[in-house]
Amino acid sequence: MSRLLQWLFGRLPIGWLQLTRNRPRFAAALAGVAFANVLIFVQLGIMNSMGSATLRPYGFFQADIMISAPDANALSEGGNVARQWLLQAMADPDVADGMALLIGNVPWDRGERDISLTTFGIDPTKPGFLSPAIAGDLGLLQVQDAALLDRLARGISRDEAAAIRPQTPLSFESEGRRITAYVTFAGGGGFGGDGYMMVSDQTFLSLFRTRSSSAPDHILLRLRPGADVQATVARLRSLISDPTLRIRSYADAAQEDLRYQQTRRPTGIIFGFGVLIGVLVGLVIVYQVLSTDVADHLREYATFKAMGYGPRFFLGIVFEEALVLGVMGFIPGLIVGTAILTLMGRITTLPLGMTASMAISVFLGTVLFSALSGAIATRRLAAADPADLF
Amino acid sequence: MDREDIVSVQGLNHWFGTGEVRKQALYDVSLALKRGSLTVMMGPSGSGKTTVLTLIGCLRSVQEGSVRLLGQELMGATEAQLILLRRRLGFIFQAHNLHESLTAVQNVVMGVQVHPGIADDTAETAAAHALGLVGLSDRIGYLPANLSGGQKQRVAVARALVSTPALVLADEPTAALDKDSAAEVVDLLKRMGKTRGTTTLLVTHDNRILDRADRILSLEDGRIVKIEERA
Repeated sequence: MSRLLQWLFGRLPIGWLQLTRNRPRFAAALAGVAFANVLIFVQLGIMNSMGSATLRPYGFFQADIMISAPDANALSEGGNVARQWLLQAMADPDVADGMALLIGNVPWDRGERDISLTTFGIDPTKPGFLSPAIAGDLGLLQVQDAALLDRLARGISRDEAAAIRPQTPLSFESEGRRITAYVTFAGGGGFGGDGYMMVSDQTFLSLFRTRSSSAPDHILLRLRPGADVQATVARLRSLISDPTLRIRSYADAAQEDLRYQQTRRPTGIIFGFGVLIGVLVGLVIVYQVLSTDVADHLREYATFKAMGYGPRFFLGIVFEEALVLGVMGFIPGLIVGTAILTLMGRITTLPLGMTASMAISVFLGTVLFSALSGAIATRRLAAADPADLF
Repeated sequence: MDREDIVSVQGLNHWFGTGEVRKQALYDVSLALKRGSLTVMMGPSGSGKTTVLTLIGCLRSVQEGSVRLLGQELMGATEAQLILLRRRLGFIFQAHNLHESLTAVQNVVMGVQVHPGIADDTAETAAAHALGLVGLSDRIGYLPANLSGGQKQRVAVARALVSTPALVLADEPTAALDKDSAAEVVDLLKRMGKTRGTTTLLVTHDNRILDRADRILSLEDGRIVKIEERA
């Protein structure tokens, strides 16, 4: 390591030698940086999982444009839209087809615990609006009270889910009706529910008796091949009589939902602050280590100043130390962070886990906050006055 | 200034503090140091010896008077110029001031690496040679914590001399050394003066050194009160 750093910096790796001279302090410093990294990884992991969980239901459907109520910031939030807007939208020459989407949460008493399934009421005759993984089984929903069940939902064992087939369906009571799941699809627990369920619009309306087929939650539109989505969105805004409606491309709707969850919902803000606190903790730990180290070596630094070493040399030492702490603290932080996220993912079925982009961004952030701490710590170097040595 | 003079000081005055607590430390000090000479500066505590050393060593700013070092006027010199000049000097402090995390040879290498462009192997060879000159060939890989006080001081001497400085400024360099080691160090300084033209200005109370000095300056209350030529 010493040789590598000597080659890297073109001089004796004084920072490395200083840090490793006091092994217990060095270990404590690395543990501190690793702790800050774990904190950031966990918060970032939860924030990312919130993003993945937010986008996941969008992946169940295939659409080009989504029409929602003015206050519908998220898929499961906001008021309803009138079905008549679907008919108006169909008047546009580029709109090939449309489907009303109903959304509600269905409770399921599982004995030990109740779970809540985010349930989509869809038209079973329109498989084109469903992702290929789901569309093939859509015909089953034409049977009254039939459902496609999320096999990754919290509270449903994997074995139990694996046994669900058309020949061996699973039935359960909810909202006074007996629902029968014939097949499963891959979803997973989210922040707003324990999993997902697909039913026909008719079954949905029998589950939610206060809901009406004339007021779905969203309207999905598919365009003719080659049609310009944004141009169609613009046309629909002038075509549909209600100017307050949110008419967006399906991709934009998903991104707006994501932004809303991350920046305006309390959970997103809390996890965002968690990341910030992790960065601050790391910043303080590295600063404390570096500034103590500078204070401990003021006489040596003053000697080097007397010998003719310039400011860049001293900055180099402090940045070398910051780099060593940042890089070496990151490795255990990555390992522990990955383990915690994996464990949390297994327990919660949230899409939690380490990603390459997360690891790279945290690594770069760690090096950056270490360098920033180093830059602050170098202010103490001014106290090294070589004239005091005599 | 004589062409042979490495240092020329004229009418040097220096003060510490400001306002009512401002106190003059040097009064009209003038001196010159010839190339290769060994000059001893003596005087009681507070007489201004250290102030003279730090001013000539570019460690303080000249306030009034003139200090010419290696042909350059220090009055008004920039920090960058002072740094470059300091690289041509060798400092030996009363406390060894070795870096505790560096081995003996690494500490001495620091005296070489201050000059840019010197290869690592060359620096290490020069450092090992300098340690040999002070009798520490067998201690090059030792950390300061594992060296005696005298050995540490000899490493500091090797660090100061390794790049053959034009001027060595030393403050009680033999205080921690036994009689033989002290004589070896002073002889080494004298030898470098003769063979390489290294000039030495040292502050000491050690009578063993006085016999080897070319000149002895006596300071009292910030003034040079006596100059004794020995050679």
